[in-house]
Amino acid sequence: MRKSIAVVAGLVIASQLYSQTVIRGKLKDNKGKPIPGASISIKDSYDGTVADSVGNYKFSTTEKGERTLIATNIGYRSFEQKITIASAPIVVDIMLKEELSELKAVTVISGSFAAGDTKRAATVLNSIDVLTVGGGNADITAAVKTLPGAQQIGEQEGLFVRGGAGYETKQFIDGTLVNNPYYTSVPDLATRGRFSPLLFKGTVFSAGGYSALYGEALSSALILESIDLPERSSANFGVSPIILTAGFQELAKDKRSSWGVNYGYVNLIAYFNIVKQEPDYFKMPEFHNGDANFRFKTKRGGMIKYYTTFSKSKLGLRRSDVDSADLKDAFGLKNLNWYNNLSWRENLGKGWKMNLALGYSTNTDDITQQLQDQNNQQLFPNQPWAFAKNYTVKSIQQLSQAKAVFEKKLFGISTIRFGSEYLYWVNNNTYNGMKSRLIDNFQSVFAETDIYVTNDLAAKIGGRFENSSLIDRSNVAPRISLAYKVGVGAQLSAAYGIFYQKPENTQLVYTTNLNYAKATHYILTYQKSTNDRIFRTEIFYKKYQDLIKTEPVNYYYSLYNNNGSGYAKGIEFFWRDKKSIKNFDYWISYSYLDTKRDYLTYPETLRPDFATPHTLSIVTKRFFTDIKTGFNFTYTYATGRPYYDFMYDGNGKYTIADHGKTKSFHNLGFSMNYVPSIGKTNPKLFWVLVASVTNVFGYDFVYGYNYSFNGMNKEPIGPPAKRFYFIGVFFSWGVDRTQDAINNNL
Amino acid sequence: MILAFVLLPTIMVNAQTDKYAAAMQKNLDMFDSAKTTADFQSVAAAFERIGDAEKTQWLPYYYAGLALTMPGWTDTKLDKDANAERIKALCDKADALAQDNADKSEILAIKNMAATQQMIVDPQTRWSTFGQEGAGYLNKAKQLNPNNPRLYYLEGAGIFGTPEQFGGGKAKAKPVLQKAVELFKADQPKPMYPRWGQKQAEDMLAQCQ
Repeated sequence: MRKSIAVVAGLVIASQLYSQTVIRGKLKDNKGKPIPGASISIKDSYDGTVADSVGNYKFSTTEKGERTLIATNIGYRSFEQKITIASAPIVVDIMLKEELSELKAVTVISGSFAAGDTKRAATVLNSIDVLTVGGGNADITAAVKTLPGAQQIGEQEGLFVRGGAGYETKQFIDGTLVNNPYYTSVPDLATRGRFSPLLFKGTVFSAGGYSALYGEALSSALILESIDLPERSSANFGVSPIILTAGFQELAKDKRSSWGVNYGYVNLIAYFNIVKQEPDYFKMPEFHNGDANFRFKTKRGGMIKYYTTFSKSKLGLRRSDVDSADLKDAFGLKNLNWYNNLSWRENLGKGWKMNLALGYSTNTDDITQQLQDQNNQQLFPNQPWAFAKNYTVKSIQQLSQAKAVFEKKLFGISTIRFGSEYLYWVNNNTYNGMKSRLIDNFQSVFAETDIYVTNDLAAKIGGRFENSSLIDRSNVAPRISLAYKVGVGAQLSAAYGIFYQKPENTQLVYTTNLNYAKATHYILTYQKSTNDRIFRTEIFYKKYQDLIKTEPVNYYYSLYNNNGSGYAKGIEFFWRDKKSIKNFDYWISYSYLDTKRDYLTYPETLRPDFATPHTLSIVTKRFFTDIKTGFNFTYTYATGRPYYDFMYDGNGKYTIADHGKTKSFHNLGFSMNYVPSIGKTNPKLFWVLVASVTNVFGYDFVYGYNYSFNGMNKEPIGPPAKRFYFIGVFFSWGVDRTQDAINNNL
Repeated sequence: MILAFVLLPTIMVNAQTDKYAAAMQKNLDMFDSAKTTADFQSVAAAFERIGDAEKTQWLPYYYAGLALTMPGWTDTKLDKDANAERIKALCDKADALAQDNADKSEILAIKNMAATQQMIVDPQTRWSTFGQEGAGYLNKAKQLNPNNPRLYYLEGAGIFGTPEQFGGGKAKAKPVLQKAVELFKADQPKPMYPRWGQKQAEDMLAQCQ
């Protein structure tokens, strides 16, 4: 009897041990949305389940007594609750709180096109994209011109963004301002950017509303972030009728440091002999470009990078003179440019980060402008129209700068960034023997905070204080932007900011009694993006105040003041799709711009000669794997631009002597690249054949008109030749160190 | 009656040790019958629970990772990066518990699949990062266990799926798959240890003939 009681008791225990208790409930996030796949379990047991797509869960457990119910999902704070398990079913409703995460959180994108940032889906332009824009000739500016906001300007370098002039867009490399981002201007010609797209891993084109970390750019900023370590050691060599390049890049065995050198020689003599140019080149353009770099990873995971580039060039060209058909204008240029950038990015621990940058650049232009007769002999006619046609300029522009930015994690993923920069400009100018010297000690202090209210709502609030010793004035520029996530990959954002830019040196030479020009930007953006597609639209309004205005004293001499003003407003669309057709990538940009300004010699508020209402770009790239060749076309259309002849009335005013509108602009650019080594695993030799042509259909471009002094004659401004052709072969011998790295890690 | 009474503690002890094997087996069966992404995620969660409870076994985490690779190949709507990061995290947990080089080699095979799945999202731009990462895992795995047939199957499948003009194709995949099939025939996995891949390798090799 005793035994049987014990057995019965034992069986009861056994049945209790193996009897199952149901645990169920609802599992939702803090907004009441289900989280399918979230895991629910009894801690330290096998029992559990995952939540279903409507937010319910249910499982049975054989566990008994005091246990911990635990629920987890990536991106959510885990949930724990003590429960007592008996035989009765248990109902526990669970709410998982979303964790603020940098990957999930919305980033403020208003006004800027982040490109090449592989962590985020909204990648727009990486270095390969820049290289393969049809007709873009591997120029960063040419590629950026296919994005909304930029005008199609062919007669001068620079990015003319949303009603802003070219000099109102500034370039920054690793945080520091680039003083001479383009090869020195040649009258009526657009020069290329000095920097190769391959130097940069990220390009952010901001058409306005950019961060308080950057200043001195009234309209737009092009923010370039240089690459860290190369993937492998390599030697490269390139050959074409125009350019010869050679370089070497060594990656250390431990993959913690690298160094490299490159040299390129450009000479257009052979090309200009084959493809006739409108101007008569008495000195064929010739460029020597050298660059060197070293980069290394610090012990704490930071990065120190140094980049330097040196360039020496010469060119000289002659065109017929607009005032006299018998005479010619001869323009000669010698340029020396040296650019240096040293940056140090470090993780300081305890949530602190640091970015330090030092920069030094010097640029020397030696310019000779002559009025010449048919025998190319210099003439000095004693005529008012000839006064400014004989001159020599020697200009040396130096910029030394230091910038420090510190970043600290606040709460969650919210951060604060602050810092200071100091720029020391020295400009020595000798015009016809008259020397002038401008020195500016320019300082700024800035702070900015990224506040994440939830993963769906973020704000960037910042401000900037600047002081220029040269004009002896200070300014304070607030910047605010907000982003709100409105769906998967979709966001609505808004930006507001005030932007200042000091007057140009060409104006400061005459007077330093000038203030900053001021622009106020208002931007509203909607963007929806996935890995392969992006749609974006932006509306903006900009108000320009205190623009520099020319005050004529007589025919030859002017003063400047800050009485200019203007506005710009418009809407832009962008669509890129890499998905719909296999191996086919295309993007479409459309910009509508309504802008007027009263500045420089403008007698009244007018649409500036660099602005047109409608601009459309269609960029297509198709790679055919069976022939290992890519074909890239870029079509650009822009409505006509206004042109003016402003004449001095002899009485302290300018008048509009003539005006008109150029015909509309069409351009089809093409490039192809044959890449035989593509896709081979660890090829030792990688080579690519590139061929390209601009303006395939040979449209006549008219960018504007040059007027004679008396206004009786006007000459269209166009490119030096209808088309530009390029063909070249580039080789790269890669030294693959994958195996070394694996062996070292074992 | 006495027997029952005596056996009861034994059953309980055995139940404790066999509980792991039984749960693993049950999950492996669930794995075999899983079809949808939700099925595989549920199987993965079940393996992960076993891993979390056991604290010393690498196989549960390994299978959790393997289960997540399944929708990684087929589900076009899945966030491939998030899925791959989850797989890699599970592999890291497994790797911390695995002692044998052979076991570590199996875990690297899963990591290779995760990286490959990330590469496939956008092969042109991701080849240099995720393609290299995946190749690195495979090379390391081969050094740890040159006789792991699954490594040659994965390598062969990679070549098989790459167009000929990109250095892939059936002809180049064939010898690698042949080696995989040979090794599969000689392979004698312990109970519950990875045994997948043989049929797939044989089918793919048949297509190369």
